[in-house]
Amino acid sequence: MPSLQGLVKNHPQEKRLFQRRLWVAGAIILSLFIVLIARLIFLQFFEHQRYTALSDDNQFALLPITPPRGLIYDRHGVLLAENRPIFNLMLAPTKIKNIPATIKDLQTLLSITDEDLKYFDKQLKQNGRFNPVVLKTKLSEDEMARFYVNQYRFPGIDVQAELVRYYPLGENFVSALGYVGRINVQELKTLDPKNYLGTHYIGKLGIEKFYEPQLHGQVGYQQVETDANGRIVRVLQRTPPVSGHDLHLSIDSTVQLAAMRAMSGQRGAIVAIDPRTGQVLALASVPGYDPNPFVFGISPDEYTALRDSPDRPLYNRAIRGQYPLASTIKPFSAIAALYYNAVDPDWTISDPGYYTLPNGAHTYRDWKKKGHGRVSMAKAITVSCDTYFYQVARILGIDRLGNMLSLFGYGAKTGLDVDEELSGLVPTPAWKLKTKGEKWYLGDTIVAGIGQGYLLTTPMQMAEAVSGIAMRGHHYQPSLVAYQTLSQGKIMPHIPKALTPIYLSDDHWNLVINAMRDVVASGAGTAHYNFGVPPYSVAAKTGTGQVYSTFGQEIKKTGVPKHLMDNSSFIAFAPIENPQIALAVVVENGGHAAPSIARQVMDAFFNEEEHALPPPPTP
Amino acid sequence: MHYRHPPHPEFSTPHGSTRSLLQKWHLDANLLQALLFLISLGLFILYSAGNEDAHTIEGQCIRLLFAMAVLMGVAQIPPYRLRSLAPWLFFIGLFLLLAVMAIGDIGKGARRWLDFGFIRFQPSEIMKLAIPMYLASLLHEKILPPRLKTLLIALAIVLIPAGLTALQPDLGTALMLALTGFCVIFLAGLPYRYLLIALAIAAGAVPILWHFMHAYQQQRVLTFLNPELDPLGHGYHIIQSKIAIGSGGLFGKGWLKGTQSHLNFLPEHATDFIFAVAGEELGLLGACILLLAYAWVIGRGLFIAYTAQDTFSRLLAGSLAITFFFNVFVNIGMVCGLLPVVGIPLPLVSYGGTSMVTLMAAFGVLMSIQTHRRLWSK
Repeated sequence: MPSLQGLVKNHPQEKRLFQRRLWVAGAIILSLFIVLIARLIFLQFFEHQRYTALSDDNQFALLPITPPRGLIYDRHGVLLAENRPIFNLMLAPTKIKNIPATIKDLQTLLSITDEDLKYFDKQLKQNGRFNPVVLKTKLSEDEMARFYVNQYRFPGIDVQAELVRYYPLGENFVSALGYVGRINVQELKTLDPKNYLGTHYIGKLGIEKFYEPQLHGQVGYQQVETDANGRIVRVLQRTPPVSGHDLHLSIDSTVQLAAMRAMSGQRGAIVAIDPRTGQVLALASVPGYDPNPFVFGISPDEYTALRDSPDRPLYNRAIRGQYPLASTIKPFSAIAALYYNAVDPDWTISDPGYYTLPNGAHTYRDWKKKGHGRVSMAKAITVSCDTYFYQVARILGIDRLGNMLSLFGYGAKTGLDVDEELSGLVPTPAWKLKTKGEKWYLGDTIVAGIGQGYLLTTPMQMAEAVSGIAMRGHHYQPSLVAYQTLSQGKIMPHIPKALTPIYLSDDHWNLVINAMRDVVASGAGTAHYNFGVPPYSVAAKTGTGQVYSTFGQEIKKTGVPKHLMDNSSFIAFAPIENPQIALAVVVENGGHAAPSIARQVMDAFFNEEEHALPPPPTP
Repeated sequence: MHYRHPPHPEFSTPHGSTRSLLQKWHLDANLLQALLFLISLGLFILYSAGNEDAHTIEGQCIRLLFAMAVLMGVAQIPPYRLRSLAPWLFFIGLFLLLAVMAIGDIGKGARRWLDFGFIRFQPSEIMKLAIPMYLASLLHEKILPPRLKTLLIALAIVLIPAGLTALQPDLGTALMLALTGFCVIFLAGLPYRYLLIALAIAAGAVPILWHFMHAYQQQRVLTFLNPELDPLGHGYHIIQSKIAIGSGGLFGKGWLKGTQSHLNFLPEHATDFIFAVAGEELGLLGACILLLAYAWVIGRGLFIAYTAQDTFSRLLAGSLAITFFFNVFVNIGMVCGLLPVVGIPLPLVSYGGTSMVTLMAAFGVLMSIQTHRRLWSK
């Protein structure tokens, strides 16, 4: 019926047409099924090993276990640096679709400051999206409670505990301990990346920095199975970390606290040493500052306030303050004179109150305008006669004076176990030519004889030097750590390091030490009134560093503004027969404050019942 | 061939009582067996994918029972009745689609849902059935192969609802709707030259379509082309799902032992990405068994279409079976990394979804077509 084609439905033909089309569709379906199966065979047979490895990577992780940082104690076991748990709010970026909205929502519960957010953004960029990022540190218990009640609303947000350094005695010990802080980019480059995998903090200053390798310990590992949020599902294998060594400092917190208290309101430093071993008993720089904010990263405002404070609390005066030796040099000048036989111990002068060079070119004044009359070497020390030591210096010459000062430790780092120490300065003609471009004048030698001019010392060096006198030349290198306890309970004691001895006859030692005793004991002594009469024997020497030259004019001290007042320094040791403590005090613009401050520190030391370092516990 | 002279159903099954009951309820035994096998397999996989949660299985079973009831209900309606209902269904659906544009709820950033207070549903789901039914009823009246005028009308019937759905925007469903409509037209005998022209136009439309796509849709395509481009963002799904399937190997890690899904590396593992769980835990073997179950269902659907007795039934049955296949193919293709990520669940296996009801209604239509056949053949 060709004429009806296209006008009337041809059912059998339509059915055939449909069935042909259905065969085509069926063929397409079959081939697509084959494509799927081929794809599955490709993934599950040919690529199986690769995807198994990727799946294992997903599932298993080698996580570092941060070793607990070693604790720091004083010599009596008082805890100076500990690890406290803090709780941080962590955000897992992969689990959160809209991070800004989530944070906004969280802010209705907890205060998240702009600074927190800034730090968070920085970390987010550094960490990539897979690692949880700190959103807020140091949650309070109240904040934690508020968060936990609402946690169901915040998938991907969790609280994580972390051990963080804490210094319970705050500013009192910062000059010795220093502090830890977050590892920065530069430090990261020099660290062993494996050992520091789980560590966020590193010693930045002081003991914490110097003993970083010992305090840190060895990282541990655990092989874990994790879920997509990085949460540990199962621990498969665990290698425990080795915790850092505990440090037992020789510092006596009683003495340290007494030093801080005695200096309060002043600017300056106190260093006390046990001369028998060189162990430091107190290392105080005043004013101090609280190291705890530095652990987390101090806020810029707080830091600026500390940095710009006129009292300069960040400046560790005990080991970095460089002051003129002033009159504290006189016992050392005397020892130099005796050591080199430059001056007879019985030599005396008549002091008119000034010293004129033999050629009459220049006149040097004594601090006492009318002079001290007839002055022997002992009296010169006791009354701090400048005229006598001008002459001693001239006779000795700068080389021999400098040599002796160096033997006592001036002009070089003492080797204390902190990194920041400065070396002070014992000048030489070569040094002057090199740095000033000038030749050395006799006048430079003359003023060096009373500790003025280019001579500079740190309080640490002064304490070391005076313990050299206390020990009659058999002195030790100063040290802060008395012993370390290792994680297995083993003890690692610090062995005192003897310095080159200074040999002098007993008579000569007696001469100098008795003169120093009279500085306090004799009515003529310069510290007699300021130090008072202690129940123990003490040898000392005062010093007054001129900040403002009066050009020999007498000015009423009350008329001088505080910041132009002289620096007051003081060195001493006690008891004379059996020295247990040697100390140095420097008070900036302190007038004559140093002796009375030293007295308070020494009293605190001698009032303690037990001075000996308790024996290390037997393992 | 016995297809042309199908034996009376009364004599085709050996079990008299079952047979008569099935016949009475207008259920096709073979398709029912295939569906029950697939559903059982699906629940077995879902139990693991849903982290062994009884509530998940319970919810899924309730949904399945409801869908099964819909299937049985639809199966009772004879094909000629379906044909007369088709225009109504289509225009109601179209009206609801327009309504959703106007007052639709905001759901997941796209306006797809209509809320009647007691039930929320997507009008585009109705269209999945309404388009092939209406097209088939229309072409039933025409001489086939269709002429250009008929084709243009048919094209409008497909493109208007598909376009509205695309505007919601729900590109995945829109494409499936277009595909369903296209299947009907193709089966009706669309001349191959038009097909070539249409393909050429489609190729030309790609850049224009790209221009009108939402950023997230563009991203999906880009990520599909190179998942490693954004391994933690948009590429994450595909990478993790490939890892799951690939690490499954020939025999799988074992039921309930998939690390990718149980440790939450694989996202959406109970819904759109459930096939990856099957691949991971049951391996190539399990995945092939699942594919076989689908093949059975689809094969039976195609058989029903092949043996259907009038144009409407043929076109409708054929397009529904093919559409079901494409649902499966698009989902598994996506999970295997062959196709871009479009939010289409794995039919009858993925957890939840209103599409399950639509799918079962479609199988109801197939059963109706198969069981209302008269015993004569043309």
